Amino acid sequence: MEATQATPVKYDMEVVRWFTIAAAIYAVVGTLIGVYIASELAWPFLNFDLEYITFGRLRPLHTNAVIFAFGGCVLMATGFYMVQRTGSTKLWSNGLAWFTFWGWNLIIVSAVVTLPLGLTTGKEYAELEWPIDILIAVVWLSFGLNHIMTVAIRKTSHIYVSNWFTMGMIVMITYLHVVNSLAIPVSLTNSFSVFTGVQDAMVQWWWGHNAVGFYLTGGFLGIMYYFVPKQAQRPVFSYRLSVLHFWALTFGYVWLGAHHLQYTALPDWTGSLGAAVSLAMIIPSWGGAMNGMMTLSGAWDKLRTDYILRFLVVALAFYAMSTFEGPVMSIKSVNALSHYTDWTVGHVHSGALGWMAMVAYGAMYHMIKKLWGVEKMYSESLVNVHFWLATIGTVVYVVAMWVSGIMQGLMWRDYDEYGTLTYTFVESVSAMHPYYAMRAVGGLIFHIGTLIALYNIVMTVSRAGATRSAGSVPAKA
Amino acid sequence: MSDHDKIYSTKFQDKIERSTVLMFVVTAIAVAIGGIVEIVPLFYLPNTAMCSSALAGSDATCNNTQHKMPDGTVISMDKIVWNPATSAHKTLDEWQAGDGVRPYKPLELAGRNVYIREGCYLCHSQMIRPFRDEKDRYGHYSIAEESMYDHTYQWGSKRTGPDLARVGGKYSDEWHLRHLSHPRQVVPESVMPNYFWLSNGKVNVEETVQTMKVLTIMPFNPIPKTIYTDAYIDGAAAQLEGKTEMEALIAYLQGMGNHIKFEEGVNYRD
Repeated sequence: MEATQATPVKYDMEVVRWFTIAAAIYAVVGTLIGVYIASELAWPFLNFDLEYITFGRLRPLHTNAVIFAFGGCVLMATGFYMVQRTGSTKLWSNGLAWFTFWGWNLIIVSAVVTLPLGLTTGKEYAELEWPIDILIAVVWLSFGLNHIMTVAIRKTSHIYVSNWFTMGMIVMITYLHVVNSLAIPVSLTNSFSVFTGVQDAMVQWWWGHNAVGFYLTGGFLGIMYYFVPKQAQRPVFSYRLSVLHFWALTFGYVWLGAHHLQYTALPDWTGSLGAAVSLAMIIPSWGGAMNGMMTLSGAWDKLRTDYILRFLVVALAFYAMSTFEGPVMSIKSVNALSHYTDWTVGHVHSGALGWMAMVAYGAMYHMIKKLWGVEKMYSESLVNVHFWLATIGTVVYVVAMWVSGIMQGLMWRDYDEYGTLTYTFVESVSAMHPYYAMRAVGGLIFHIGTLIALYNIVMTVSRAGATRSAGSVPAKA
Repeated sequence: MSDHDKIYSTKFQDKIERSTVLMFVVTAIAVAIGGIVEIVPLFYLPNTAMCSSALAGSDATCNNTQHKMPDGTVISMDKIVWNPATSAHKTLDEWQAGDGVRPYKPLELAGRNVYIREGCYLCHSQMIRPFRDEKDRYGHYSIAEESMYDHTYQWGSKRTGPDLARVGGKYSDEWHLRHLSHPRQVVPESVMPNYFWLSNGKVNVEETVQTMKVLTIMPFNPIPKTIYTDAYIDGAAAQLEGKTEMEALIAYLQGMGNHIKFEEGVNYRD
């Protein structure tokens, strides 16, 4: 992976440190908003008649905070970290990396200000208004350019697999963001998509599902392919499987968006095509999950003592679970039941909490030790506590949504013996209450885990700082 | 270091892995294909491409609508999409429910802006699927033309609340006012936030008028200038003056889903 160095390379790691700390903070904020809006659905008085904190305004803030603030900072931290270490080279431009850091955080601050004010495009997962969209494009390209140029100036012969995934993400997210955000402004704070109805729906879910496919899956698979072998101190189980995994996902994932539009006004073939390719994606996804898992073969005993490895392995288990559940939900007859219900919400969270956040924390804990040059976290047992809170929280959340989702779907389509609908819509709403409460509890458990992680990280970093200044080692590498 | 010269996969894969440019280019091509195949045809296929260009007068055909009567005869697109040139009702103010899909009137457009701003689409869908229970609960399944003027579509993906695609005319304005203001006073089990404060806000006249102008210059499915004439846009401000956001939102809801007169036995999809 890394060529043995006669003289160690001086990497540009300060920006990685900042991205890592930012990620740990945004995880706390993003999940807190999530817990709050989940509670609003269980106990609507929590809207407090304040327009700025209604469910409709905070929900985009939650998704933006976890996907773009937390997820984005993790991807950029690990992206810059991996590309340097796998290529045995410094960043192409350290200055540009800092531009990316401040630019990305400016975007996040803009989102926090604008979304509660109701400034939104009304496109799910792409709610930010056009001036922020332009800023996203610029900052994203600055990250992409820096990453790809650093790959280009690498000292190693081959490009490591993690960087393939990151490059795939960079290219695809650029396509998606640019096309999906095409809009004509009405004012500085309002704009309308150039697409209408059917076309807008297809473009939107092409974006929506591939943000999942290339950003939350591809990008994090890049993380997995670097940090699992590193933490397990074993080579990747199968290089060929990783080649298959990468190209199959890169080519195939793009087609899946249409499965969000089954039985809508789109032509039938689009949904069928989306479903067919979705089913096919089980194979490379499971191949990849197995590849990660089997990297531990011969080292399974490490799971007893290595809490970071636990995060990574459970993440892979959730990855395998979600990439099985997703294709099942894309089957038309299943989708007829699951679409519009909480099952979808549960599926998203088994991916986002179980896979994405778990692998992110595994990588963050690993990186923090290296970045600040410490042997151990401030408290290794708090890492373990965090691991269990994250796992239990995710399971509680997902189970609640499975039950409520399937129940909703069945109640909506149920007929009594007279051939009339058995339940009014609102009966399905009140039946959801216990599960919405349970979901809020699951989310809260997960959220407490992120708080513990932040505490642990801050303590580790400040201790390392103290040791470093005591040992009169230069503070900055 | 001879290890670095050994090829573990295929020659081509090895070549890609050694070249940043090649990796970038091959990836950029691989990720583009699926989207192109699924998106581009929607701009050309019958029943998704719509025919507003026909309304605009640049093209006389309506992309060969495939909505067919049980006996196989094709239904005229004029019955699906309101065409002032052929309809008995020539202006938006004269338009009647059943005349076909029309663009939004100014107050509805202002209401739609409120709908988007408040994120209603996060809990309410606007897309009825062709199932028996959805027909019984919400009405006729939605068709592509019904959202042809919806720049930033609002189909949604979640039904925490019921579908709204055909909510127009189902309840009185008074019911909507009470329900939107304090949902739990009307429906005790509801989990919707209170929106009574929408009655305090006045609609943004300038922005709504500007929205109308923008909708006529859209590159795909623009609203024809024969419908949003300059005179009509100039007159919009008068219709909006003094209206509350609540009134606008109710106008939007009441105009939803009743544009087309659906006939029994007709296959409006495929």
